[in-house]
Amino acid sequence: MRIPILKLHDYLLISIQVELDDQTAIQFQQDLLEKIHETGVKGVVIDLTSVDMIDSYIAKILSDVVRMSSLLGAKVVLTGIRPAVAITLIDLGITLKDVPTALDLEKGLEKLQQELEG
Amino acid sequence: MRTQSCIKIKNEWNIVQARQLGRDLSKQLGFQTVDQARITTAISELARNIYLYANDGFIKVEPINDMGKLGLKVVSSDKGPGIKDVRKAMEDGYTTSGGLGAGLPGVKRLMDEFKIHSQEGVGTEIVAIKWLR
Ligand SMILES: Nc1ncnc2c1ncn2[C@@H]1O[C@H](COP(=O)(O)OP(=O)(O)O)[C@@H](O)[C@H]1O
Ligand SMILES: [Mg+2]
Repeated sequence: MRIPILKLHDYLLISIQVELDDQTAIQFQQDLLEKIHETGVKGVVIDLTSVDMIDSYIAKILSDVVRMSSLLGAKVVLTGIRPAVAITLIDLGITLKDVPTALDLEKGLEKLQQELEG
Repeated sequence: MRTQSCIKIKNEWNIVQARQLGRDLSKQLGFQTVDQARITTAISELARNIYLYANDGFIKVEPINDMGKLGLKVVSSDKGPGIKDVRKAMEDGYTTSGGLGAGLPGVKRLMDEFKIHSQEGVGTEIVAIKWLR
């Protein structure tokens, strides 16, 4: 399973719509980094609106991909984290404190625009 | 209604199946969205630990009724290497695999009851319960 990565103007958009098994998550990590490298985009939004569960393994993959992307010069914003997911992440003791987040895709793009252009 | 279900964990895909089972059963039992997510996440952590540290084992999920109090019981069992120092393994951030070390302490917080029994060279059994509110 491959998660589609869309390019929109100077950004990459990813909406995670599938159950994230380990293989898919790792593949996504690689695909995203390659796409950032290939396109030279400066901003990425990963939308998690459809994701109903994030365990510590997936949380690690997501926070790793944010840091890896920043090594390639791209800023990643996670959007659409559901209330139930936020609560379970805190139960797990995972704060994702260095990971930029926004309420939804629109606000995520705004955030990127402000930080990249402003 | 689906009653007790057991999934053998031996590959990554089984982790997804175990999660799905927790999701379905917690929904059927009438758990609220947040508790459904808690149960599903706890199962995912336990199943992954089996896969990572014990190679294979079982996740059993079953509805329970304790004198009218309804809940969901999750049992994780394996005949893996066991945990040398359970106290340490229960600490936030303790990991032997470069993980986040959030699994076991996390499961304890996600669920209402948590018991772990592990013996070196014999295996590990974890029983966790979430009560229906
Ligand atoms: N079923 C198991 N069998 C053997 N060791 C285990 C098992 N589950 C957990 N452990 C040990 O406990 C440690 C902590 O587990 P956990 O809290 O899930 O964090 P992580 O999986 O990120 O390391 C693991 O690193 C491992 O050494
Ligand atoms: Mg773990």
